[in-house]
This record gives sequence, structure tokens and C-alpha cells, in this order.
Amino acid sequence: MNIIVLGLNHRTASVELRELLAIQDSRMGEALGRLMAYSGIKEAMYLGTCNRVEVYAVVEKGEWGFRQLEDFLVSTHFSLSTEDLLPHLYRYSDDEAIAHLFRVSASLDSMVVGEPQVLGQVKEAYELALTHRSSGVILNKVVKKAISVGKSVRTNTRIGEYAVSVSYAAVELAKKVFSNLKQRVVLLVGAGEMGKLAAQHLVNQGVKEVLIANRNHHRAFMLAERFHGQAVPYEQLRSTLPKVDIVICATGAPHYVITKDDIEMAVYHRMNRPMFLIDITVPRNIDPAVKDVDNAYVFDIDDLKAHVGQNQEERLKEAETAEHMVREEVGSMVAWVRGLEATPTIVALRKKAEEIKQGELEKVFGRLGELSSKERSAIEGLASAIVNKLLHGPVVTLKSEAQSQNGFAFIEAARRFFELREREIHSGEIPLLEDETGDGVSEERLPQKDGV
Amino acid sequence: MPELLPYLTMGFYFGGTLLFLLYLWHRSDVISKISLVATGLGFVSHTSGLIMAMVSMGHVPIMTFKDAMSFFAWGLVLVFLVVGMKRGLEVLGAFILPLAFLSLVSATLAPQSADTLAPVFQTVWVHVTLSILGTIGFAVAFVAGLMYVMQERLLKSKQFNVLSFKLPPLDFLDSLNQRSILFGFPLLTLGILTGAVSAQLTIGSYLSWNSEQIWALITWFFYFAVLMGRVTAGWRAKKAAYLTIVGFAGVILTFVGILIKSPQPMSPL
Repeated sequence: MNIIVLGLNHRTASVELRELLAIQDSRMGEALGRLMAYSGIKEAMYLGTCNRVEVYAVVEKGEWGFRQLEDFLVSTHFSLSTEDLLPHLYRYSDDEAIAHLFRVSASLDSMVVGEPQVLGQVKEAYELALTHRSSGVILNKVVKKAISVGKSVRTNTRIGEYAVSVSYAAVELAKKVFSNLKQRVVLLVGAGEMGKLAAQHLVNQGVKEVLIANRNHHRAFMLAERFHGQAVPYEQLRSTLPKVDIVICATGAPHYVITKDDIEMAVYHRMNRPMFLIDITVPRNIDPAVKDVDNAYVFDIDDLKAHVGQNQEERLKEAETAEHMVREEVGSMVAWVRGLEATPTIVALRKKAEEIKQGELEKVFGRLGELSSKERSAIEGLASAIVNKLLHGPVVTLKSEAQSQNGFAFIEAARRFFELREREIHSGEIPLLEDETGDGVSEERLPQKDGV
Repeated sequence: MPELLPYLTMGFYFGGTLLFLLYLWHRSDVISKISLVATGLGFVSHTSGLIMAMVSMGHVPIMTFKDAMSFFAWGLVLVFLVVGMKRGLEVLGAFILPLAFLSLVSATLAPQSADTLAPVFQTVWVHVTLSILGTIGFAVAFVAGLMYVMQERLLKSKQFNVLSFKLPPLDFLDSLNQRSILFGFPLLTLGILTGAVSAQLTIGSYLSWNSEQIWALITWFFYFAVLMGRVTAGWRAKKAAYLTIVGFAGVILTFVGILIKSPQPMSPL
């Protein structure tokens, strides 16, 4: 049994490719159904965010599982071929897969480290998996833990402050130009993470309207849906500018998307009504010369940082603390997962029974005093027979059910009935989790379902 | 005691001015509270002075240059107290209070003698009152323009200091500027018309082309252009701010015009 993850993210693949693999929530049931139809995939979860597409699965054999997940991803979009996809994929299994999920939900793998949205997206992905019954004992435990790790990283480190404060600074500065943001129209150009955060902050302030222009119009539509705004054709960017008060530019373009001329024209058409522009990308997308245009106020990422007064080193230190927290949690989670194998559970069960039997025999022999060897072997035989007959049912069931869909549930049940701890199953090779219930996940917020 | 009131008022306004200027550069809100109290006390003593003069003279004391300046300062402080309290804009005080204080000082320094306006006709009253109220509007527009220019420069130079934190947003200042002119302009127009009528009634000519009248007319045309320019040519924001600062210079020159011609017995406008 292995936990594996196959996926691609902002470092390994272009937005265009990531978009092709995106699955809408409404079609998630069908997609997860397709995943679960592969023999050998026992549990599965699909995580799609703006920065990544990842499939987590619990499979019988890792190698075989990866091939099935590849097949699944290729078949999500008709225009994809294995050759297109393979070079962009990363694969992690077991410890590494768990560590990866933990890092993702702690926002350590994000484009903007510390951005707050990914945690919610992991939650949503998990809830979808629960709804469509593709999550089971193992993913339930691992993903819940990932969410709790993400939360605890957010609350116990200051990693989130940077992302939040920079986009918040954009709002603060906008308020120096516009007293009431509720009457203002915002244009978001591009779909960069920081830009979306800044837009989100403005939306939270209740701006009048959000327009989204993106080279990929489909993506603009998706963002428009998210912000309850309106997608604007990218070609109409210039003609849209006079209508907007606030521009947030966050494209991936390596050149200026908005020039000084554009803004001069826009301010002219606006009859000198001020414009506020935020350029969050590096390299910059708004010509810095725009600052010479009267009534146009442009700020780039450095200006925002200056406004925040954020210390780079401090942030790195926070990320390091977060990584450390993640590593600690991964260790105990891996131990728990390993304990779920059938064979070690049976071995541990037998060992425990044997220990009890020996202990009781010694006590009885001590009390009875001198016994003939015939009497001794009769008593020993009796004890062995009781133990073996009692264990026969559970052992046979564990062996036969281990391969079934609910196998882990049986193993987990056996471990609880017979009070087998990870320590007894995996005699102390790795640091183990003593109390697996005290993981602090806010379980009340997650739907309860154990897949049994 | 009543003769001490003007000095008491001046003292309070001076204290308020200093404290508000201090408040501009400090994060503490306590300073603004104290300066508000000082301003409030000044306003109370100012108002009592005005009421006493009214009781003794039987009319609002605006017929001398000194009284007119004092009434102007009183109106300015009233505007500040109303707008500043309503919008939580104590920072306005750092600009309006110095102006009010300087008006009082200039009133004291102005020649005491013969600048009494003969209130021959009711129109003279109306003329002076309207002109002063209009001037208050332009003064507030001037203050808004000044604050706009400061905030604008801070934003352009990307300096995020205490001052930029305290100054109001640009669009608020621009609209305060516009509203103040919209308030002041009709009053000035009526003030000039009633002045002309008074002149016709007293000296038999609508216009005698003295420096006060010339500056008043230039000022009128200037603010008319500013208002029209906003609608037709987009003279708003930064341009409007600079224009109102320049316009207020015209207003001050009109006052100087009044002072210059005041040695001879004052003719209404």
C-alpha cells in the first residue's frame, strides 16, 4: 500500500497546461468516479488551484498507481498527450507524498509563500472527495492532518503576514486617493497570485465593480466568476482604462502591458479624475514613467513593501520555522500510515496474544506449584487453543479484507479493538505518534465520514 | 472684561494653531483633542465677544475692516468645527486655525481709524455679509487645495509618513474644494451685485474702478473660470487645487485693496 501524488505546479508547467487539467467542481463527481474505477486505486483526491493540479491517491502498488494517475490526467482533456504531459509531472510517494501535501497546505509550496487561499482549497478538495466517496480512512486522516498543520503554521508563525500585508498595503494606499472604495471600479490585469490577493482585499472593501482582463479569456471568465465581476477582452484593455479607477497589474508578461501613453490617454478621457495603479509583478508590467502623468498614481511591489516595512530575513526565518513544523508532523503521520499494513498488524496481534498467554501461564504455574509435564502441556495446550481460536476470525478477516475497498478500516478497527499501537506494530524504527487523536484538527468544521 | 475677550480669543486660537501644527507631525491623538478644546474655548469667547458687540451696537459688527476680519475668522472656525467634527478631520484645524489666527492678527494690525463703512442703506449690510461668507468658502477651498497639493506630492514621491497618514484622501479634498467654491461663488456674485447697487445708491455710480473693485471682479471671473473649467475642460484634481490656491491670492489682494483705500472715508465698494 502506498500514498502517492502525481501533479504539476507553477514551477513545472505553464498556466495554459495547468488550465487544461482543471476540473470544475460540478464535474468532480464524474472525474473522481473515473479515478476510483481504476483497479488498485483505493482512495483519491483531486486538488486543483491556480498554481497546481495534483492527484493524491492511496494505491496498492506505487509504480502501477502512478501509471494509472498519468492515464487519468491525460484523459481529462482531449487535446493532451502523454508526451506533452510527462515532462511536467512530479511524483512523490509515501513520506514524500505526505510531506508534499503538508507543505502545500501550509502554503510553503505556493508561488507567494504564505498566501492564505491554498488552505481553503485543500479543504474544498477534501470535501469534494468526501462527497463523492473517494476518500477513505487514510486520506481522511492524512488530509485532515494536513489542514491542521496548515492552520497551525498560519497561527504559530508570521508567514502569512507578508502576503497579506503587501496586498493590504495596496488597499491602504488606494484609500489615500479614494475615500470611498464602494464607488470605484477595479480592473485586474493578469492572474498573478499577488494580484488576485490585492483584488480580493479590494472586493472585501466592497468596490462597485471588478473587471478582469487576461490574455486567456477563459481564465478571465473564471476569475470574473470568483470576484462576481466581468471579464473584459484583453484586446480592449486600452479602451477599458478610462472607465476604471483602480488598476491592479499582475500578468506574467516580461514587458510593459500598460504604457505611459495608455495612462495619459486614460486620464485625459477621465477629465483628470485620478487613477490608482498597482504593479505587483517582477518584471514590471506598468511603465514606471506613468508616475510622471498628472493624476495617475502608480506603485510597484517595492513601494508596497516599503509601505509595509517588511523585513525579508524575518520572512525567511518564518518559512524555516514552518518547514520545521511540517517535518515534525510528517514523521508521526508516516508512522500511523505504516501501521495500517495488514501483515505487521497481524504479526503485532499474534505477538500481543502470545505475550498475554505467556504472562497468564506463568502466573497459573506459580500458583499451582509442582506439576507433571503432562499437566503442564495440557494447560499450555488449553491456553494456546483459546488464543488461536479467538484470533482465528480476526486474522482471517484481516487477511481477506486487507485487499478490499474497506481494508484499512478493518485494520484500523483491529488496532483499536486489540489496543495495538504503532509502537507494537513497527517496533520503534521511527519516532512514533503516541496519541493519534490529539491532532487538533478542527474536526467540527469538516464533514465526518470514515469511509467504512 | 469685554475688552479682554478679543485677546483671549486670539490666545486660544494661537494655542490651537500651535497644537494642530504639532499634531501634523506626531502620531498622538491626545494633541488633537487638546487643540480641539483650545479651539472650542476660543470659539466660545469669540462668539461671546460678537454677541456683546451686537447687543451694544445693535447690529452684527462687520462695518469696520477689523470687525469684518474678526467675523471672517469666526466663520472659518465655525466651518472647521462643523466639518472637522462631523468627518473626524481634526487635521483641517492645522490649516484653518492658522488662517483664522492670522485674520485676527491682521485685523488688530489694520489701521484703526476711519475705515468705518457708513451703513446708509440696507444693501451695504447685505453686501458685506455676503462677501465675507463667500470669502469663507474660498478660504476653505484654498485650504483644501493646499492639503491636496501636499498629499499629492507625498504620494508621488512615495513618502508614507505621519503627514500622509493624516491628510485626507485626494478625492475628498477635491470634492471639498469644489463644494467650497460652489458655496462661495454665488455668495460672492450676490455680494458684488449688492455692492454695485449700494454704490449706485450712495455715490451714483455702479463701478468706480478702484483697486478693491478691480480685484473683486478679477476674482469673480477667475472662480467662474475654475467652475466652468471643471465641467468643460476637466480642471479638477491637481489643476483645481493649484488654481484655488492662486485664486485665494486674488481674494487677499481684494482685502489689501480695501485697506489701501481705507484712509479716506470709506465708500461702500
